[in-house]
Amino acid sequence: MGKIAIIGGGIIGVATAYELAKLGEDVILFEKNYFDSGSTFRCATGIRAQFTDEANIKLMKYSVERWERLEEELESDINFRQRGYLFLATSEEEVEAFKANIKLQNRFGVPTRLIEIEEAKEIVPILNTEPFLAGAWNPKDGKANPFKTLFAYLGKARELGVDAREHTEVVGLEREGDEIITVKFRSNRKVGSIKVDAVLNASNAWAPLINEMAGLSGDLVPITAYKHQLVKTEPLERGQVEPLVCPPGWNDAYIIQDGEDGGIICGAGIEHEAKSLDDVEPTYDFLRGVLRYAVRIAPPLRYAHVVRQWAGFYAKTPDKNPAIRKLLENFYISAGFSGHGFMMAPAVAKAMAGLMAKGSTRVLLDLEWYDPYRFERGELRSSAFQIG
Amino acid sequence: MEGKKIVCRCNDVTAEEVEALIDSGITDIEEVKRLLRIGMGPCQGRTCIPIVISILARKTGRKPEEIPLPKAKVPIRPVRVEVLVGGGDG
Repeated sequence: MGKIAIIGGGIIGVATAYELAKLGEDVILFEKNYFDSGSTFRCATGIRAQFTDEANIKLMKYSVERWERLEEELESDINFRQRGYLFLATSEEEVEAFKANIKLQNRFGVPTRLIEIEEAKEIVPILNTEPFLAGAWNPKDGKANPFKTLFAYLGKARELGVDAREHTEVVGLEREGDEIITVKFRSNRKVGSIKVDAVLNASNAWAPLINEMAGLSGDLVPITAYKHQLVKTEPLERGQVEPLVCPPGWNDAYIIQDGEDGGIICGAGIEHEAKSLDDVEPTYDFLRGVLRYAVRIAPPLRYAHVVRQWAGFYAKTPDKNPAIRKLLENFYISAGFSGHGFMMAPAVAKAMAGLMAKGSTRVLLDLEWYDPYRFERGELRSSAFQIG
Repeated sequence: MEGKKIVCRCNDVTAEEVEALIDSGITDIEEVKRLLRIGMGPCQGRTCIPIVISILARKTGRKPEEIPLPKAKVPIRPVRVEVLVGGGDG
């Protein structure tokens, strides 16, 4: 279809560049900072199909299937491991809710099952069994290395001819009628421009700024950056907390052992609206708050040392579902992932590449559900199940 | 690890690995850091970052002072979880 420009060098932009190049498209990608620098590399590495609505369950079931084949396809180590997600119920009502979710997940082929706490303890040897009644366990959920995954996609994309530029900021879009015809960019204080046939806004937390460059309202796809933080311990012996373990009733607190070095990553839904899109400063209330939950989930953690704390953005839409589709005749958006961009990327990138190159996709992605114009119409979806 | 030059003692990263990554075209220290996990261990980069900067400077023809330090993360030294969660309320 000619030249396609992608704005944003996170996992969504880079994976979509790869999928488009695979379809034979000519792609140029712009990242204003360095690759991965937005939200991708700050994520907690988790990948799950345990959602609570049909659209997200189907999308993530397909995405996990893509993840399973990704290492082979990209010919690069991405450290994808299916070590499961274990949700823990703290009340009878929650057990009933788990049962309903499991039934829905099973209907679409996701093999989650309700397990007793004795079994959970076998899966997570340092688990505190006392506060929990039952677990929702999907052994097919997992984790991967965000840096390796992005660079694996990037390497393959470049092999296929993608012109991927970092430290190159898009500063303007020229629009004629319902089409974007030129992208203006700046690198090393030099400004350049390029004629394009289509543009993808894959800039997640920064997406409203790009939409404004396209002459659209910044509120058309309302995305707000929330600061979400993580704390990580020193490397511990493998096998202590391989799955992501989360009692949703405890402010979505979770722990997961890093697939690379065995340090325990601790998260929780203690969030702060970002003061600006540069505000990734960690906070002390989070550090203490998240660790209080972590030691209640796994008491031996109190003897570990905290090595790092960092923050990144959940680029949230009002219903916490991303916006994926056309905004103008040749201007597309894939943003507002609300904390789920990394896990969804393999599926969403393939779907978006099909939409842009051929106008359709066979990926099980509910285009109505993720329609970016739903906010303007006031048709919010049920909230995507979000943790941390 | 005999016969290898270790630049990062926390994560067992060798000089050869750093050089190979730079040779593959990755020259932003933030990316080198994340792909090799230098500066992400308990020492917070006190040992490895100056060495990596000098390798990067030599291989890319830049002056070491032109290469920005990666952002350090809190806590600057490891802190026992127990200290942060307090006594009886954990």
